[in-house]
Amino acid sequence: MSSQRTQTGYNFAYLDEQTKRMIRRALLKAVAIPGYQVPFGSREMPLPYGWGTGGIQVTASILGRDDVLKVIDQGSDDTTNAVNIRRFFERTAGVATTERTEDATIIQTRHRIPEKPLSEDQIMVYQVPLPEPMGRLEPQEVVTRKLHALADYGLMHVKLYEDIARYGHIASTYDYPVLVNGRYLMAPSPIPKFDNPKLHMSPALQLFGAGREKRVYAIPPYTRVESLDFEDHPFSVQRWDDPCALCGATDSFLDEVVLDDAGGRMFVCSDSDYCKTRQAAGHTGSQSPVPATQEEAA
Amino acid sequence: MYVAVKGGENAILNSHELLATARRGDAGIPEITPLQIREQLRLAVARVMSEGSLYDEDLAALALKQAAGDQIEAIFLLRAYRTTLPRFGYSVPVDTSRMALQRRISAAFKDLPGGQVLGPTYDYTQRLLDFSLVEMQPAPIPPLAAEPLPDSMPRVTDLLGHEGLMEAELPAHGDPAPADLSREPLSFPADRATRLQNLARGDEGFLLAMGYSTQRGYANSHPFAGEIRMGDVALEIIPEELGFAVCIGEITLTECQMINQFAGSRTVPPQFTRGYGLAFGEAERKAMAMALVDRSLRASELGEEMKSPAQQQEFVLSHSDNVEASGFVQHLKLPHYVDFQSELELLRKMRAKRAKVGAGETALEETV
Repeated sequence: MSSQRTQTGYNFAYLDEQTKRMIRRALLKAVAIPGYQVPFGSREMPLPYGWGTGGIQVTASILGRDDVLKVIDQGSDDTTNAVNIRRFFERTAGVATTERTEDATIIQTRHRIPEKPLSEDQIMVYQVPLPEPMGRLEPQEVVTRKLHALADYGLMHVKLYEDIARYGHIASTYDYPVLVNGRYLMAPSPIPKFDNPKLHMSPALQLFGAGREKRVYAIPPYTRVESLDFEDHPFSVQRWDDPCALCGATDSFLDEVVLDDAGGRMFVCSDSDYCKTRQAAGHTGSQSPVPATQEEAA
Repeated sequence: MYVAVKGGENAILNSHELLATARRGDAGIPEITPLQIREQLRLAVARVMSEGSLYDEDLAALALKQAAGDQIEAIFLLRAYRTTLPRFGYSVPVDTSRMALQRRISAAFKDLPGGQVLGPTYDYTQRLLDFSLVEMQPAPIPPLAAEPLPDSMPRVTDLLGHEGLMEAELPAHGDPAPADLSREPLSFPADRATRLQNLARGDEGFLLAMGYSTQRGYANSHPFAGEIRMGDVALEIIPEELGFAVCIGEITLTECQMINQFAGSRTVPPQFTRGYGLAFGEAERKAMAMALVDRSLRASELGEEMKSPAQQQEFVLSHSDNVEASGFVQHLKLPHYVDFQSELELLRKMRAKRAKVGAGETALEETV
């Protein structure tokens, strides 16, 4: 990669080439040991910790001039933080950006995996707040590191069992723990468990960056990713009673939108690109804007 | 009808404009300059330099102006700038015994070689608001000492060291190169050099509270302010092509050496141990708090009972950085509606189940 400077006076994609190389080395190790958290020399970025600095550093280190970048937050390209990160790369790297999942070569995400299936020439970059799946059960990293080394995940199984004993089912709905390649317990980042099946045998390379915690990890393409469960309490994902009110989809993750203060609400796809594509293809829902004559309650 | 949320980019740009307007305040009042901040708000500048890990008074003053006086925001700005700077090399360790002193006090001895030097301190001001400062004042004329201070003053801890009462401060075995926390991730257990580096960048308020907790019984510390000194030290580097030290400038430092009791162990006789604090500029509160926390973090090394937060290095070192803490606390402002939706769905499911079970057998416990 050349170190030609953009007009902003910073190196291509902000980070200097030495730093990018350091991060790529860590990523290679992460790919070689699926699900293992690799410490790396996370840099202080001009965006706040906890706002995607890990994902931004991973994206910056793998980004090339021909890449097409898509950035989503909560599944949407339009949320302010996604807009801000996309602007950051437009300014510092000048790469093409897109909102269409199938056109992107790199997709940086916070909290969702796109509904459209991914392909082999795509890379997912996840922003990770807390990379340690057992962190809430055992805050000391010295201890959790040992548990990973011994593949001793009893702690997590007991937690899930206690959920069932107490509530009748596992009470984790997002950042639901997974076992990668039958070896490492991994936090999939706060994606809803609805998205967990998409991690499994994905044709896309999946990279995870935690900037504040200074860790990267990865799921190489076509890797087994199992959501932890029990034989008598198999893993299941969320389902909605209503379809998307704009595109009628019944297979997507839906956000609840409050319409008034009298309990009125509607459900719409969290993946804005998926919803848009379906609407363009003629799918409609109960609140589709097509008639655009009466309903002006909102 | 539902309208998808759009226009994030415009909203962001407009908020930048509003921010600039708010920063400027009343346009009828002269704009403040970084130079004024550097000269007249020097303690704010010092904190930004210390926790921003960059000794540059002008940039710190600029950051304070840009951040409208928000110190943590200014520290963040300075850090983000610092990370882009190339490394030219490492300085020779600074020698604080050769510091050009502005202040030097010891609470452990009534008098000592070199004497006690109060210097510019708020310590003995009576905290009465000085209404004369509302108006412009002629520049004050500083009082002059009868004789100049000696060029070098021995550190109190060195005086005790001669008697063997003070633990020797020796480099770790093999004198390993210190880690650079701004380039390498923190890993546990962290050695003392790494811990000190973390504390030096750590938030003053956090260290103050942690240090305070050790005085109130959360950890067993019996500290004496052995010595606090503040002044200018020469910064030297040894360029490879020259092979000898060259002074590249002077920086102002505040150093605190806390002296703590130590009952001794099987191998070490009873002696005093040290806690160390160092900060850029005039930053006595920070240096003292840091020294207390440094000492309490040595609990495991000294075989002391570990039961308090200030003794747990993972607890202290992982939460001392205000740029990290501020970012993560404030990331809660980002949308979380996907996760929230998942929780809503779960909560409804649990309530439905509970309703089905009936009031008679509320076997299900309350949710968390």
